[in-house]
Amino acid sequence: MDKQFNITVRDCDLYYSDFQALKNVSIDIEEHEVTALIGPSGCGKSTFIKMLNRMNDLVEDCRITGEILIGGQDIYAKGMDVTLLRKNAGMVFQKPNPFPMSIYDNIAFAPRTFGIKKKSELDSIVERSLKQAGLWNEAKDRLRKNAMGLSGGQQQRLCIARALAAEPKILLMDEPTSALDPISTGKIEDLINDLKNKYTIVIVTHNMQQATRISDKTAFFLLGEIIEYGRTVDIFSKPKDKRTENYITGRFG
Amino acid sequence: MSEKAHKKEIMKFAAWKTVSRAALILSLAALAAVIIFVLIRGIPYVNAHLLFGEYSTRNPSIKPALIGTLYLILISVSIAAPIGIGSAIFLTEYTKSKSRLVRIIRVAVETLAGIPSIVYGIFGYLVFVVALGFGYSMIGGGITLAVMILPVIVRSTEESLLAVPLSLREGSFALGSSKFKTIFSVILPCAASGIVTSLILAIGRVISESAVLILTIGMVVDRIPDGFASPGTSLALDVYYFGSHGYPEQAAATGVVLLVLVVSINILATVLGKVFGKGELANG
Repeated sequence: MDKQFNITVRDCDLYYSDFQALKNVSIDIEEHEVTALIGPSGCGKSTFIKMLNRMNDLVEDCRITGEILIGGQDIYAKGMDVTLLRKNAGMVFQKPNPFPMSIYDNIAFAPRTFGIKKKSELDSIVERSLKQAGLWNEAKDRLRKNAMGLSGGQQQRLCIARALAAEPKILLMDEPTSALDPISTGKIEDLINDLKNKYTIVIVTHNMQQATRISDKTAFFLLGEIIEYGRTVDIFSKPKDKRTENYITGRFG
Repeated sequence: MSEKAHKKEIMKFAAWKTVSRAALILSLAALAAVIIFVLIRGIPYVNAHLLFGEYSTRNPSIKPALIGTLYLILISVSIAAPIGIGSAIFLTEYTKSKSRLVRIIRVAVETLAGIPSIVYGIFGYLVFVVALGFGYSMIGGGITLAVMILPVIVRSTEESLLAVPLSLREGSFALGSSKFKTIFSVILPCAASGIVTSLILAIGRVISESAVLILTIGMVVDRIPDGFASPGTSLALDVYYFGSHGYPEQAAATGVVLLVLVVSINILATVLGKVFGKGELANG
């Protein structure tokens, strides 16, 4: 292993102008594990995940205090290369967002950004990424067709392949299956299980069963705070906090 | 609801439907009357000489006007398109949507779009013909037209850019793209159909414009302009000239040419919008 890609967050507060979306959040996310973030809507899960690749930079009036280290490096430090950070921390969104261009161009998008021009090289990246995302067999005969013609589930796997093509170390997934049918959801869950050997995965989910099926660790968010964080089996079998128990047993949220 | 009240409602609906249908028929009829009248009066006089022949006082042609119109399209669009598209990109991608500056620019653009074209004409006359001493020239007219179509291009390009979903921008940034790469590789291609459509509609406005040109290019109907600095004429000006100088047939025939051009351009804009728009932005 050349470099470590564990995530350490220390005493983080995040504000959207006057509204405090994250309160004193601290967490250690280990490499090559799947960490699920659960909690009711509006509790800061998505905000948290977007903080890790600095997508919140795009939000006007967003302010962050505290420390966020990836592989020991403060990602909010001056002179941090955001482009490189986002290359290392790929993101998959709630709604599939393929670019309205060919399947091939979608996958080749990030490699091209990072200066890969040779066709043979791009070809092999496209093939490898689509295979990793389990989309190769469905897509190999239509690489030049517009990606918008794919089904919702295929589009989401394309977006995963597109993120993988940048050769990230971390994969941030923001409710990646919430817009998909059960079969597509199953495929993406299988995919996450395959991918966790190579990648550190942080996934936001509203689906408790999904969290238990795919994650090693679970963090429970409530009103911008992390209430409880630990091994998924422990959180779901013997939660320490009453609020966690109430949430996972469906008493609120 | 009682049955009586219900019946009354139905009657109201029926009456309203009849009234609105009558209004629609009336407006279509007005449009049809204009088109049919111009066609009937003009078509018999559209011939090869009128279109491409040499101009003479006894037998005028619109060849100088066709070439003049091409000049004007070339000058105005090649100036207004890059500036207009650039401004729209700046407004949508580089400014905070609520900032004071942007609000002021938006109001300014709206106002520019609402100014009567004769005011642009007098501006062009005072600046290019008088102050800069160009005299009547295609370049002066073309630049004035560019100023006139600029707000149209800015507004519609801005709308096309705003219609590109935020999710695509996020997707691009999340892959490590710079703002520049995001704009040129994702946003502009997505907005291309809207932008092309707006340019074509702007060309339509250039072709139909007359007030600006009377004051800037000199309405020299009998000579082909021999360069950007030369005075000249345009199709719309020829209609005016022929109509007011005792050539009613030629005026009607030129009207037909103008009508056909503008209608084809509008159809082209619609078709291109549809062709480009396929599969685009249809997320899901």
